[in-house]
Amino acid sequence: MNLIRKLLPPLASGALFGAGLTISGMTDPVRVRGFLDVFGRWDPTLVFVMGGAVMVMAIAWRIQARMKTPMFGEKFSLPDRRDFDGRLIAGSALFGIGWGIAGLCPGPAVASLALSPLSVLPFLVAMLAGMAVHNLLPEPGLRRQGAL
Amino acid sequence: MTFAAFPYAQPLEGLAGGILIGLAAAMMLLGAGRIAGVSGITARATGLNRGDMAMTSAWGFLVGLPLGAMAIAVTTDWKAAEFAPWPVLVVAGLIVGFGTRMGSGCTSGHGVCGVSRLSQRSMLATATFIAAGIVTVALVNLFGGTS
Repeated sequence: MNLIRKLLPPLASGALFGAGLTISGMTDPVRVRGFLDVFGRWDPTLVFVMGGAVMVMAIAWRIQARMKTPMFGEKFSLPDRRDFDGRLIAGSALFGIGWGIAGLCPGPAVASLALSPLSVLPFLVAMLAGMAVHNLLPEPGLRRQGAL
Repeated sequence: MTFAAFPYAQPLEGLAGGILIGLAAAMMLLGAGRIAGVSGITARATGLNRGDMAMTSAWGFLVGLPLGAMAIAVTTDWKAAEFAPWPVLVVAGLIVGFGTRMGSGCTSGHGVCGVSRLSQRSMLATATFIAAGIVTVALVNLFGGTS
């Protein structure tokens, strides 16, 4: 029973997510790069994808504010940082560069395992390697505290 | 529905897919009490990030993504997408993996979940990665593309 509570909501969420990415054409790197190509053949489709998703989620956050615990879990486990730091900006800029080069971000890349597994595999393996390389960096908290 | 100025855009498919993505993220938030951030959940599932999300939950989400994609691919007239050559994908993947960990999120966590929460960190992150993506695509196209 506990296993089902832990497995089913994320599994259903992932499946809906993958379906939404595929319907909207976001698993097509050409379409994603088209959105970023504002100086060329701009494709505004991604604006509608993000707009639709943000609208639904804006309502979900309002509902969440009135809930004490999630429906199938003990507690909400949500990010609470509010500070701006160089890592947020530098990391996001790097991510944007990689996103622009390949037209792929993590969601569509994972979803593409069912659609174009061989094509997307080099990206996914490299993405995990990039995450592993990041883990080699010293912890930012330690640096801020002067421990490094 | 099409735009005269952008005949290749698919606003209705985009909106429908976006609503599904929003429902997916809402299910994760209200059901499991978490952010549906793909980069963070991927790092958690592969042991590349610590966190208190159960492995069962992280893997459930990751397995769900391709399952949902497959359901659409087999029920619609979905056409296979074209990807960049693998050396390009490797370079991009490395940067995306590193950058999403350093910046604590990607399009799903910051762009959908954070922006809709009006998180200033996520709005800054989203503006930054879209701007960086726009500049990158402009530069890549200027120098002849990726393939």
